[in-house]
Amino acid sequence: MFELLGIPPQALFGQLLLGLINGSFYAILSLGLAIIFGLLNIINFTHGAQYMMGAFAAWMLLNYLGIPYWGALIVAPIVVGAVGIVLERLLISRLYHLDHLYGLLLTFGLALIATGVFRNFYGISGLPYGMPSQLSGGQNLGFMFMPNYRGWVIVASLVVCFATWFIIERTRLGAYLRAATENPTMVGAFGINVPRLITLTYGFGVGLAAFAGVLAAPIYNVNPNMGADLIIVVFAVVVIGGMGSILGSIVTGFGLGLIEGLTRVFYPEGSAVVIFVIMAIVLLVKPAGLFGRTV
Amino acid sequence: MIEALAPEGSAGVTGKPLLKVADLHGWYGESHVLHGVDLEVAAGEVVTLLGRNGAGKTTTLKAVMGILPKRRGSIVFDGRETISLPSRAIARAGIALCPEERAIFSSLSVEENLMLPPQVLPGGLSREQIFELFPNLAERLSSQGTKLSGGEQQMLAIARILRTGAKLLLLDEPTEGLAPVIVQHIGRTISRLKQEGFTIVLVEQNFRFAASVADRHYVVEQGRVVDMIHNDELDENIDKLHAYLGV
Repeated sequence: MFELLGIPPQALFGQLLLGLINGSFYAILSLGLAIIFGLLNIINFTHGAQYMMGAFAAWMLLNYLGIPYWGALIVAPIVVGAVGIVLERLLISRLYHLDHLYGLLLTFGLALIATGVFRNFYGISGLPYGMPSQLSGGQNLGFMFMPNYRGWVIVASLVVCFATWFIIERTRLGAYLRAATENPTMVGAFGINVPRLITLTYGFGVGLAAFAGVLAAPIYNVNPNMGADLIIVVFAVVVIGGMGSILGSIVTGFGLGLIEGLTRVFYPEGSAVVIFVIMAIVLLVKPAGLFGRTV
Repeated sequence: MIEALAPEGSAGVTGKPLLKVADLHGWYGESHVLHGVDLEVAAGEVVTLLGRNGAGKTTTLKAVMGILPKRRGSIVFDGRETISLPSRAIARAGIALCPEERAIFSSLSVEENLMLPPQVLPGGLSREQIFELFPNLAERLSSQGTKLSGGEQQMLAIARILRTGAKLLLLDEPTEGLAPVIVQHIGRTISRLKQEGFTIVLVEQNFRFAASVADRHYVVEQGRVVDMIHNDELDENIDKLHAYLGV
């Protein structure tokens, strides 16, 4: 068997695959955060909890209603997105005229409440969620073994990220959204219902988080803390990519997943902090983020 | 349509005005800016608001458009009271604003900027008619909105509200900071829009420009309308007007 830089290719490609999987979740989650921040000016700290709720929704749909994975992939984002819409209407919308900080505190509090509620009812040991049978097994790619489900996660998240990018950058609805991000007063003065646009955008961003949660359920256990662990890294990804940049979130999400994977191969001790080191460097050199627009 | 022999004290409009503003008060936060604006505009008229900086002209337009958050009094458009409506409902009633800062969206292309305002009423200009008025825009459709020159941005800001079917156009200083040749182009455009039946309220610092396009002029001072002058009586009133404007 050949070796690259003294590393067996199995280990290298294995870690790269893991990096891409993590990157998929970073990309979807930071994309949702970027969209929400762009239009609502709210740093949605509940995002991790909403990802967790997506995974729990999938588990509940299966165990209480018998709806399998493929159904959950569609139903869970809608249900969790609807919960997000209620939150936005009842609570978050009252904070738009205040500083970012209030929105951050509110959504952070909501995240703690949601995590606490699920911990209370389901414990912290995690619930198993089976892989859909169609995606069990894997492919031998010659240089590595690729589990089918992991390949599916990467493809699904790429498709969702691209579709979201397309909606925002290439459709009329997306033009409304971009315009309202810049100047909501003027967009309202054209006759567009900006408050409804904001509500639906929040619901969509939350739905993206829940979609990521469903994708994650068969890989990681369904656990009340799964979002809290991930969201800190995702915030670092958003800072690196630049708040409010759609393409930046996607590219940075996948890119940092890969960098994290490579670090795990070449310098395992650094893998837990590499993203934060990059974040610190980016903040020093380009504070608006790699793809950030300084408005 | 324009009553030149209107009795003293009336706004100079016969029949039912398209826009009737009465005792309009407006605030920016705590500061009281409009102190009872009264004015009327007949359908098909071009009316200017003249006055010094800070007199309340722009604020009056913002109040009519509904984007001044705190406003009281009465604004009747097309027979309907709009003072408490949100701006999106006022837009849907048929009023459109071209703001002083132009508000071209930098994350949208020229084409997207142009097509952004939804159609609110039938009877707006077609794309072809708009490109006939502003041929430059047709060549720049895929550019980023804010990459246009100042004059082109102004044309785009006017063009995008012509598509929507709005009947009343509020134009806030459309000639500000533009080269004379572009000012002339905008002047011709306003005359052409009047022929097409649009009703226009124009805020203008450039008094000579205002005189070349308008039917009547309202003089705004300290948040009130203090005088109204017909364009054809301008010569007799020129000294009075200079005193108002401090020129």
